[in-house]
Amino acid sequence: MRSSNGSRALRIWQVLLLAGLFVAWHVGTSPTLLPPLYFDDPNRAAFFFGEPLKVLGRIWNWFAGGDIYRHLWVTLLETVLAFVLGTVLGLAMGLWLALSPFASALLDPYIKALNSMPRVILAPIFAVWFGLGIASKVALGVTLVFFIVFFNVYQGVREVSPVVLANAKMLGASQRQLLRFVYLPSAMSWVFASLHNSVGLAFVGAVVGEYLGSSEGVGYLILQAEGVFDINTVFAGILVLTAFALVLDGLVSLVERRLMVWQPRSGETERL
Amino acid sequence: MTPAIALERITCTFVSREDPSRRYTALRDTTLAVQPGEFLSVVGPTGCGKSTLLNVAAGLLEPSGGTVRVHGDLLAGINARAGYLFQQEALMPWRNALENVVAGLQFRGLGRDEMLQKGNEWLRRVGLAGFGDRYPHQLSGGMRKRVSLAQTLILDPGILLMDEPFSALDVQTRQLMENELLELWSSDRKSVVFITNDLEEAIALADRVVVLSAGPETRPIGEYRIDLPRPRDVAEIRLAPRFIELHTEIWHAMKEEVLKGYAQQQRQ
Repeated sequence: MRSSNGSRALRIWQVLLLAGLFVAWHVGTSPTLLPPLYFDDPNRAAFFFGEPLKVLGRIWNWFAGGDIYRHLWVTLLETVLAFVLGTVLGLAMGLWLALSPFASALLDPYIKALNSMPRVILAPIFAVWFGLGIASKVALGVTLVFFIVFFNVYQGVREVSPVVLANAKMLGASQRQLLRFVYLPSAMSWVFASLHNSVGLAFVGAVVGEYLGSSEGVGYLILQAEGVFDINTVFAGILVLTAFALVLDGLVSLVERRLMVWQPRSGETERL
Repeated sequence: MTPAIALERITCTFVSREDPSRRYTALRDTTLAVQPGEFLSVVGPTGCGKSTLLNVAAGLLEPSGGTVRVHGDLLAGINARAGYLFQQEALMPWRNALENVVAGLQFRGLGRDEMLQKGNEWLRRVGLAGFGDRYPHQLSGGMRKRVSLAQTLILDPGILLMDEPFSALDVQTRQLMENELLELWSSDRKSVVFITNDLEEAIALADRVVVLSAGPETRPIGEYRIDLPRPRDVAEIRLAPRFIELHTEIWHAMKEEVLKGYAQQQRQ
């Protein structure tokens, strides 16, 4: 009882903090409420930091007018495609390298180099290769997701308990069955552990890709607004993206809870 | 009679991966045989290579020298006629109890219905009816061992290899499990190799006890026939005069090796 009261109080404080931030934003940027402290021109603060009421109004117009849905859909599609492709590639590559010591030793320096390269810089190349449509954004997202999944799978396969492995062999598992029933589930648990990261990065890939050149998507909206110094729309885009990312993260948590029932959670007691 | 498992002059030398000149010979010229239907206990001080011996018999480890024969046939690869009960946790944590029990059947491509029916039957036999949907982390140590036992026995192996399977359990659970093992064993008399460092457990369970020397270069140094009547209750048989006699005799032979093994561990 106490803890639920405590969490409700915490929730109220969190909302109050958010409201406080908006009020401070409003007061600080409104041309009339405060005398200009830093800028000479009273409208200058609003020019740089936007005005929360206008930002919220813009968001309202987007959703009420229905303009935003097409862009959100494109960004979502890019995120999901990047996530799925990156995960499948990372899974396949991770399993292969973890089970083949020669390939692993051969490719090790290249993997390290590719991983330490700032891969966002590939975006212009992808734009040249795949055009300004969805494909170039997906490609960027894939390069980001791939390495997270790859390293987790690699680790997951390497850390399969040798006893579990020996046991499966004694129970008569063939090489293929070991892969399917032991290595893969073990690797998947590591993939799920990195789900939040990889979905987040797929999203980053999509938005950054859009921002660098596109004709659709929330990143494109931001790019357009920036071009005409419409700071309110830029902030509106950022807020929408943030809310969207939070929803995605929530969905991932749901999926995680469904799929990871077999993993012990700390402090869990046995249900009778 | 052809032995169920015959280990002939087994030598196992491990080479250090970092420094190939550093070698460790766990077993040297070890010969050991288990007759069909015999319950053999192997005791030895800690770190003497007991598990190595069992892994060789299971085909999980290829010996540096010597041969393994299973019912007269030369063993190559995994010993398909043997079931193995590990000392450590060997269940797949991502499968629930029932799915773990039927894993071997699944590997053999059995139909789903038959598989689940057999699985539930074995869960019942090891006293876990109704626990099929629990994941290993939701089960106690004793229950996990029961699942492992069912997982191995469901395949009806002719040979059972057990590597200190009950060493992680508390004393009461352990005695319960030992009695259950004896009961399951008495119904179809598999050939058993039971490895332990607990002499009392070895005598209480076995038809024959083999004592190994301290490592390195472990070899059998004594063999004792256990002529205690069956069926046995492992808790009660420990009080029988003949048990105490045997225990004294074997312990006398083992003591020196145990001290040697202990001294070696201290040095490491």
